[in-house]
Amino acid sequence: MQEDYINIILADDDDDDRLFFTDAFDELKITTRVKTFEDGVYLMDYLNAENTLLPNVLFLDLNMPRKSGMECLKEIKQNSKFNDIAIAIYSTSASEEDIENTFVMGANIYIKKPSDFKILKKVLSEVVTINWQYHTNGLNKDNFLLRL
Amino acid sequence: MILHVKFDFNAICRKVLETKLLEHDIKHKIIGFGEVELLEKISEEKLKNLTEAFNGYHIEIIENQKGVLVQKIKDVITNMIFNDDITINIKTSDYLKDTLGHSYGYLSNLFSEITYTSIENFIIIQKIEYTKQLIVNEDLSLTEIAFKLNYSSVAHLSTQFKNTTGITPSAFQRVITKRRELSQGQTK
Repeated sequence: MQEDYINIILADDDDDDRLFFTDAFDELKITTRVKTFEDGVYLMDYLNAENTLLPNVLFLDLNMPRKSGMECLKEIKQNSKFNDIAIAIYSTSASEEDIENTFVMGANIYIKKPSDFKILKKVLSEVVTINWQYHTNGLNKDNFLLRL
Repeated sequence: MILHVKFDFNAICRKVLETKLLEHDIKHKIIGFGEVELLEKISEEKLKNLTEAFNGYHIEIIENQKGVLVQKIKDVITNMIFNDDITINIKTSDYLKDTLGHSYGYLSNLFSEITYTSIENFIIIQKIEYTKQLIVNEDLSLTEIAFKLNYSSVAHLSTQFKNTTGITPSAFQRVITKRRELSQGQTK
């Protein structure tokens, strides 16, 4: 009765980062389906299309050409169709103020991109596991804030 | 205007189960801890309709035995945390063993296999979620919450909160307050 895999989407303009990301998920114990997009415009086109399979967790890079992660976040939060998606900001670095601001804007998770592949795997595994707890235990998603 | 409401999850779930079972005209007894005894044999079709009605409320009928036991473990733990009276002086491992009639080792392995997390971790997650709920809805101070949840000190709760969520309790509170202000600003 439970879904056998978790749907993940990443929007990031960096080719290497996208590759590392999908590789990391391939090696995790939890089975996932990962889809990636090169920028915010492609991402939003996909999400807004009819009959799209919405992800359980969406990872957003903040700095992307055409449409930034922040703009995507704002659009997603304004559409109740996307209420069940957990949103993870996936960024190289930011000030404390920026981090808190993304949470206020509705992000659930903030991840500073790790440079080490092992750490990346650990971090992504943690995100998916905790999200799974929210998903299967009926926890209040409004209170879901996680920083890694 | 915003109304702040407080829930009794157990009572809500019971009420939903009861309403739906009555709507489908099924004689039943709600045993608690996620168990309902059907007092009559029901047809495949009736069961299918009931399952659909339940799904509307995100209530799932669990079919495999392992899943049933894992759900029981979760129910026992959440009940322990959310009811202040039973937590005192009982070790969770003993309480689980006595309530469910299996060794703690067996329960612990089964739990990790099915849920991708350990019982210990599940307890911490639930306690931190409860802490968040108390911060947001009841405006309790961290000292009061630490006492309510049997933490040895505020520092211990605060550290566990930070380790679990990556942010401090006060940062959490700040974010939630700002979110509320933002959404109130939009609806005005």
